[in-house]
Amino acid sequence: MDLMSLTAVELGKKIHAGEVSVKEAVQACLSHIETYDKEYNCFVSVDTERAYQQAEEIQKKMDAGKLTGPLAGVPVAVKDNMCMAGSLTTCSSKILSGFVPTYTSDAVLKLQEAGAVIVGKTNMDEFAMGSTTETSYYGETKNPWDTTRVPGGSSGGSAAAVAAEEVPYALGSDTGGSIRQPAAFCGVTGIKPTYGRVSRYGLIAYGSSLDQIGPLAKDVTDCATVLEIISQYDPKDSTSVNRNDNHFTEALTDNVKGMHIGLPRDYFTDGLEPEIWDAVYHAAKVLEEKGAVIEEFDLGMVEYAIPAYYIIASAEASSNLERFDGVKYGYRTKEYTDLHNMYKKSRSEGFGAEVKRRIMLGSFVLSSGYYDAYYVKALKVKAMIKQAYDRAFEKYDVILGPVAPTTALKLGESLSDPIKMYLGDVYTVPVNLAGLPGISLPGGYDQSGMPIGIQFVGNAFEEKKIIQAAYALEQTGSYHRPKKVAERRL
Amino acid sequence: MTITDETIDYVGILAKLELSEEEKQQAKKDMSEMLDYVSKLNELDTEHVEAMSHAFPYNNVFREDVVTNQNDRENLLKNAPEQKDGCYKVPKTFD
Repeated sequence: MDLMSLTAVELGKKIHAGEVSVKEAVQACLSHIETYDKEYNCFVSVDTERAYQQAEEIQKKMDAGKLTGPLAGVPVAVKDNMCMAGSLTTCSSKILSGFVPTYTSDAVLKLQEAGAVIVGKTNMDEFAMGSTTETSYYGETKNPWDTTRVPGGSSGGSAAAVAAEEVPYALGSDTGGSIRQPAAFCGVTGIKPTYGRVSRYGLIAYGSSLDQIGPLAKDVTDCATVLEIISQYDPKDSTSVNRNDNHFTEALTDNVKGMHIGLPRDYFTDGLEPEIWDAVYHAAKVLEEKGAVIEEFDLGMVEYAIPAYYIIASAEASSNLERFDGVKYGYRTKEYTDLHNMYKKSRSEGFGAEVKRRIMLGSFVLSSGYYDAYYVKALKVKAMIKQAYDRAFEKYDVILGPVAPTTALKLGESLSDPIKMYLGDVYTVPVNLAGLPGISLPGGYDQSGMPIGIQFVGNAFEEKKIIQAAYALEQTGSYHRPKKVAERRL
Repeated sequence: MTITDETIDYVGILAKLELSEEEKQQAKKDMSEMLDYVSKLNELDTEHVEAMSHAFPYNNVFREDVVTNQNDRENLLKNAPEQKDGCYKVPKTFD
């Protein structure tokens, strides 16, 4: 049997039952990466030796009864913007080439404590800035459903690795849709938790007020299980929230009777592909048949989220990325005249085009004379977007909508027109601005066979409601695999 | 909004980026298009709206200043492009 066809929780059960050893699980995972990643390029680095070493240690602990959690012994991949002590961490950027952190991000640490075996670091858009994983210094990742298409981004490597069954699950990060959109494009499930739910300690910052770490996996059960492990209070992140309502697996019940689900009328415009439109309405109908109360409403502020987001995210990025100066880590230019010249040349040679574009925009909107007109204005609009959601959640338990206006685009189509690319984030970005949780799961396929993503958005810290709605919807369909992945076992 | 060469040079100083002539021209175009696009926000009356930096209220988190990690100088320095005598090495900054 192919162990990589199992979900993370299924594989965990087999390991606990002694049917599969941790080493066998890791072996299966690494051999899939070795065989298939040449085609998809999901990984920036794979640490085989360390994976086997972890497997041995975890097996010992499990045999001694010290690790009883559902994901003990299960391999996982981590997006390459999360620090891991002793492992290369590049953010898919030249400027961090060779960087080996001395500490481990809290989310990864929580997984390690739960017995996860980290096999490698996944590819991403450089510094998580992009929606296609094409801006990586280490080459683009290809979509396992169709290798002429992008996997989405910025957590494209994580999403594609799960879809290609190179790993059972992965961690990603989401600043404006970077978990949910690649999950949609690759036909997998992903959760962007409420801001503050998962510690950002050790996550290399892009937009600090928006960034959240979350899981990508084959199904809702896996995502809820992973989220339960990684969402714990961390005193090292001053925005980490101390709550005791992280028992997300309790919400895995096929019951939406009486749940009030809002469908924003203003999401459905000309920009949305008709097949995705239909898929969302189909999901609504399915849930209605299960007893949910579906109502259309006007959310408002939809068209203002992207301009506000790109001002805020770029401003935060320009500030966060000041630390890359060719002194403490990573790339330094070969020839320079003095200190400032060294800074400038190292940064200019080390950052890619999209990162430079956002640093320039961010520096401009924060500069004196423009700060109020752009940055403060965007923060005010952000408040108005939050208010629009507050009004919606007075009436509805969850909001149902698309993840992206299109399915996965062809490689090479997006980068030449940045604004057009940014518009693809219209359904994901407002959720980050308002700090809310969102889940993306497969909800059908378009004519060319590419997966369509369905999104549920919940009120702050109400992950359980979106998990419940997504789980109920998931029960009506089964997980589909890319044709090439399904054919492996024929 | 039209972005001048002077503005691009000034932003380059703030951003600590040295753009080639070609990159500058591209940056001028990109930035003015982006600023035109985001000017959409001016359609909204925000006079009585308070700017919101975080979506939820956060209070300052205080703790005792106790060292919990160890001195990791050697490993930290391993990441430096250049080091000397246990310090980061940078170009000469003053005479």
